[in-house]
Amino acid sequence: MAKITFDGIEVEVEDGTTILQAARKIGGDVVPPAMCFYTPLKGSGGKCRVCLVKVTQGSARDPRPMPKLVASCITPVQDGMVVENTTNEDVLNARKGIVEMLLINHPLDCPVCDQAGECDLQNLSYEHGVSATRYEEPRRTFDKVDLGPYIQLHMTRCILCYRCVYTADQITEKRVHGVLGRGDAAEIGTYIENVIDNDFSGNVIDVCPVGALTDKTWRFKNRVWFTKPLNAHRDCPTCSGKVTLWSRGDAVLRVTARKDEYAEVEEFICNTCRFDKKEVSDWTIEGPRNIDRGSVISANHYELPVVNVPIVPNLPKSTVKKMPTE
Amino acid sequence: MTLSERMYLPAIAQGLGITIKHFFKKKATINYPEETRQRSDIWRGLHVLKRDENGAERCTACGLCAVACPAEAITMTAGERKKGEEHLYREEKYAVTYEVNMLRCIFCGLCEEACPKAAIFLQDDKLAPARYERDEFIYGKDRLVEPLKTTETK
Repeated sequence: MAKITFDGIEVEVEDGTTILQAARKIGGDVVPPAMCFYTPLKGSGGKCRVCLVKVTQGSARDPRPMPKLVASCITPVQDGMVVENTTNEDVLNARKGIVEMLLINHPLDCPVCDQAGECDLQNLSYEHGVSATRYEEPRRTFDKVDLGPYIQLHMTRCILCYRCVYTADQITEKRVHGVLGRGDAAEIGTYIENVIDNDFSGNVIDVCPVGALTDKTWRFKNRVWFTKPLNAHRDCPTCSGKVTLWSRGDAVLRVTARKDEYAEVEEFICNTCRFDKKEVSDWTIEGPRNIDRGSVISANHYELPVVNVPIVPNLPKSTVKKMPTE
Repeated sequence: MTLSERMYLPAIAQGLGITIKHFFKKKATINYPEETRQRSDIWRGLHVLKRDENGAERCTACGLCAVACPAEAITMTAGERKKGEEHLYREEKYAVTYEVNMLRCIFCGLCEEACPKAAIFLQDDKLAPARYERDEFIYGKDRLVEPLKTTETK
């Protein structure tokens, strides 16, 4: 076990845990953002650099600070480590610069993009970015690549996090897409326009932190904040069948895997569940999905209060209102 | 009652005097709709969906006006622009239908503020006129989108 201090909060974690995972154990506002790191995918992380933190004390044995900011998603903790994230000005400034760099080639077509409202890059730039751009040169453009009937690729929005590549490598049996070219010319593509058609290929949509890979069956159907998320499951022979339905009225507009607060999927789902089961009758609905109050998704349907805290204490029992439970 | 009060005539003359005085006063009313009063420059009247300088519709059906609307008066459905429609719609996504319910609308102007594409505006010279049927208050794209002629003559 290793004890570390993260932003002044002490936490004890297993040896070999990364700083980011230790911060997530604390939770709340101190957790560094992560665009490329994805817990279910081995080898992910270390590419986008938004999770940079300052290590002011390397370990109890060697208290020297680390000379540079380190990527918290791939740096393992050591006993006695002292890490600064939100309390360090350098870290916040560096993050601001990184967000600016990530947005250099991003088209900022959020009004058109289907990911808007649940986009990691949108949240990140809203919290850490600057509102104006200093970039004057033309942004990257690409020839359109067709990835088949289910997945839409918008290469201009890609931030090259490699999550989809790892997903295809680890979740599906055969990967047919990858990152081609180097440096500024790097892009996601299928080399000979191969169609992605694996049972689990649809998961690349869920892992994509931006709107580069989106669901073609949901394309322009509606905006995320007008749909109601419901937890549902079905008996699926290939996957767990536990999904989130995004519905409006009686229509299921989209099916995704269930994601936690860090937008990481809990269980990958198969393409049959994702693309073909768009009827309410296909699913057993468990109930509404809990959405963060700050999220735009909750803008159009208000949540029931989770805890019923009486404003005036010690009222007679007959006056206590019964709150409907989930 | 005194004699002058019993005669009634002075009181009638006084009353007539007031009536006649009003003939020469400035009228408080105007002949609407032939005449209109001058409105403030920031008056928020009837909505318009603007076109850009090439005559293409600016609206991309992003839904921000609808989510900002406190009266939930705006609904829309989006569609994908086909090849050859570039002169009609500015972006690859556009509003197939766009409806504003003028009975619900409170003319607060939040849709105008929310719009990232400068597409919806509340005009300062037009009002939603009175009508007989409720259905007629639901303004579709046929009545909201700025007519092409005005952009051509400019």
